[in-house]
Order: sequence, then structure tokens, then C-alpha cells
Amino acid sequence: MLKTRIIPCLDVADGRVVKGVNFVGLRDAGDPVDAAIAYDAAGADELCFLDIHATHENRGTMFDLVTRTAEHCYIPLTVGGGVRTVADVRALLLAGADKVSFNSAAVADPDVISRAADQFGSQCIVCAIDAKTVSPGKWEIFTHGGRKPTGIDAVEFAKRVAAKGAGEILLTSMDRDGTKQGFNLPLTRAISDAVSVPVIASGGVGNLDHLVEGVTKGGASAVLAASIFHFGEFTVSQAKHHMAAAGIPMRLT
Amino acid sequence: MLTAIIDYESGNLHSAHKAFERMARETDAGQVVVTADADVVARADRLVLPGDGAFPSCMAALKGKSGIYAAMVEAVKHKGRPFLGICVGMQLMASWGREYEDTEGLDWISGEVTKITPADPALKVPHMGWNDLVIDHPHPVFNGIATGDHTYFVHSFHMVVAKPAERLAHVDYAGDVTAVIGRDTMLGMQFHPEKSQTTGLKMIANFLNWRP
Repeated sequence: MLKTRIIPCLDVADGRVVKGVNFVGLRDAGDPVDAAIAYDAAGADELCFLDIHATHENRGTMFDLVTRTAEHCYIPLTVGGGVRTVADVRALLLAGADKVSFNSAAVADPDVISRAADQFGSQCIVCAIDAKTVSPGKWEIFTHGGRKPTGIDAVEFAKRVAAKGAGEILLTSMDRDGTKQGFNLPLTRAISDAVSVPVIASGGVGNLDHLVEGVTKGGASAVLAASIFHFGEFTVSQAKHHMAAAGIPMRLT
Repeated sequence: MLTAIIDYESGNLHSAHKAFERMARETDAGQVVVTADADVVARADRLVLPGDGAFPSCMAALKGKSGIYAAMVEAVKHKGRPFLGICVGMQLMASWGREYEDTEGLDWISGEVTKITPADPALKVPHMGWNDLVIDHPHPVFNGIATGDHTYFVHSFHMVVAKPAERLAHVDYAGDVTAVIGRDTMLGMQFHPEKSQTTGLKMIANFLNWRP
């Protein structure tokens, strides 16, 4: 049986983990590679790096991080942040990423998804969608870290990018991100029901029951979380056992 | 001992290279190279054929490298060198691919590659993530591996194997999905052993040390 995935996400700026990662036994709390190795050992099912200050000048730092991570971690790695073109995808895949995530570039030009999927296969193309509730049961895409409305309906957009070849959708609820109040479940459910590809729920995790709800109520195939793991509140293993106890199939290591 | 990972410009070989290199080092199994050189393919002691993307384009890319293609077929079919196909590299071993259009495969393992259609319509396609293996037939590649161990899959098409003896392992996704195939000196894995943590690394080491 296919298992639900737990994906720790590291926000990276200029090659360092934003706010640091507070693990027991970590040599360098700010080094994404060290954190990735620790998460791999802890039983994470995949890893995600988001370059939050991606600029043309600092791309090299990210490539180096991805290469070093791929040398030490034998689980899938998704990289996002500042990915605009098919050439960006190619460079990240060659550096050692397994999947690459588009965000605002896909909002500006959804065809970039089909161009990338045609060249590299849907299996490695993720589309990140940042959505905010605009009225009950209605969600809109926001870009620029949730500051810029686009007028685009999130559910329709998800269907569109899936049809263009996105192999997976990384859905972040911008009204929940950072609140620790749990995923936006109606949004997660609406998108998960609307597309045939897997949906990763993100934004708002504050406790382990939130992870459970993302799957049982939101219909997510995977859950992404950052701070609850980075600051040592819970281990990946605790999260997995909690979800398994709630009846969700998990890979227990 | 030389293991060649065949580069025919299909997908990302970095992870596979690193994983095979590491296990070759740890088990003293010689050298691992990524190559697009037909001469290297011809003299390698064992071959690995990766592959990402669609069946027709991967087959076309492989056949487009006519020197590599001929050297690979000669080494495996006629010289009996150990061979491992990974993901679409495994699927190419089938008689036919039915993705987008009907495409002839290598026809090393009888069967065809078709869209995954889980009996439960709520299940997502691609089949993406960790699934637990059910071993159908013992094989040296499963040394230290047991039914219930997890590997990482990402694919929308799967191989329906014609001869039950050639399906070595499968997983359940509201129906059987072929996970490992093989006969003689040929092996194929639908999942990514290079992304399947210790279970995958163990199978890579087993392949590198397999003397059929």
C-alpha cells in the first residue's frame, strides 16, 4: 500500500537555513546539508529546499547545496524558489534535485509547466500554489509571498497546471502559513478532489493532529512542515507514529 | 570490475551515479562510470539503464544513439552481462509500450507497459511515494530485503508481465503494480533504488555483487 509522505521543508537564503534548525546533535544549525542529512536519518520521506531570496547572482550557492545534499541523502529532494525557465529546471536537475517546483513563473505563464514536463517528464515537475481565502469556498492565487493578488481562482488554476503536466501540486494556504492553526482543510480538499495528481498540503501546521487532518479531511497525499520539526517540537518519527495510530498508512523506520 | 550507467540523455543521472559509486566503494565492487560512449558500454562488466519521461521518447533516444544501443544489446543478449533497468529503463525491457502510441520495446521480458488504473478511483496517478514490496520469487538482488520493505516509486505507467516467473516483486495500489522483473542476467526495477534509502542502497549493492 502506498504510504502518506512527510516532507520537512527548509527555507534557504544565501545558502543558509532561515532561522536555523534546532536538532540535537546537529553540527551546524544553519547548514541545509547537515539538516538534510539529519532528516534523512530521522525517517523523512522526502526533502524540500525553498530558496526564498533566489536571485540570479546567488543561484550558484543553491546548486552547490543541492549537489552536496544529493551526495549524502538517498531520498527524493524537491527544490523551489526563483525557478522561471526550462533552463533553470535543467540546471537544478543536473545539480542533483529530483523534482523542481515552479511558483510565480507558472502563474505568469502556465505553459512553462508543459514545456518543462515535455522535456523532463511530469514526475519531476511540481507546481507550487499559494492561495488565500477570498470568500467562503473561494480561494485565489497570491504571489510575492502572499502580498500580490492575481484574481486567478486556485482550484481552476490547479486543474490547469495538472492538465499541462505538473506531476504534483504543493499547496500552501497563505492565510494559515505561520499561524500554527492547522492546514486550510476546505481548500486542501477542494484542490485534492479537483486534480488526479498528488497534492502536498502546506502552511499552518502547529501540532501532530494537524498533519492527520490534512490527510483524512484534506485528502492530501503528503504533508509538508517546517517549524514543528526544525525547532525540535516533534520528531519525524513521532509524527509518523501519531499518523499511523490515526489509521494513516505510513512508512515507519 | 566496471559498471557503466548508460547516458542517453534521459533524465537525471547524478543521484544514481552517487548511489552506485558509494555502494561499489563500500562493497569493493570496482568502478562506476556514467557514459555515452559505445566502447565503454561494450567493455563494461555490468550495465545500468536509467530512464525518466515517456516510453516512446526514451526508446527513440536510446535507439538514436545507435552505437550505444547496439553495444548494450550485444553485451546483454549475447554476452550475458548483468543488466539493471531502472524506472523507464526497466519498462523499455518490455515487448511493447502503450504510452501515447504503441512502441516496440527491447522485448527482453514479455509484457507491455500500460497506464496504471487503480481499482479505487480515489487513488492518484502518478503512483508517487513509498510502497511496500511483496517478493514473488527469491533472487540474489533481494539479499537482506524482505516483503514489507519500502521503496520509492514515481510513475504513471507500469509493466504487465506476461510470464509470472519473470515478475520478481510487486506492490499493491488497488491492484498489482510490478516492482521488480528479471530473467537470466537481466533485472529491472520500477522504483528508484537510488532514492529508496537503505533498502534501495542494499539492492544496488546486491546488483553490483551479483554473479549470475
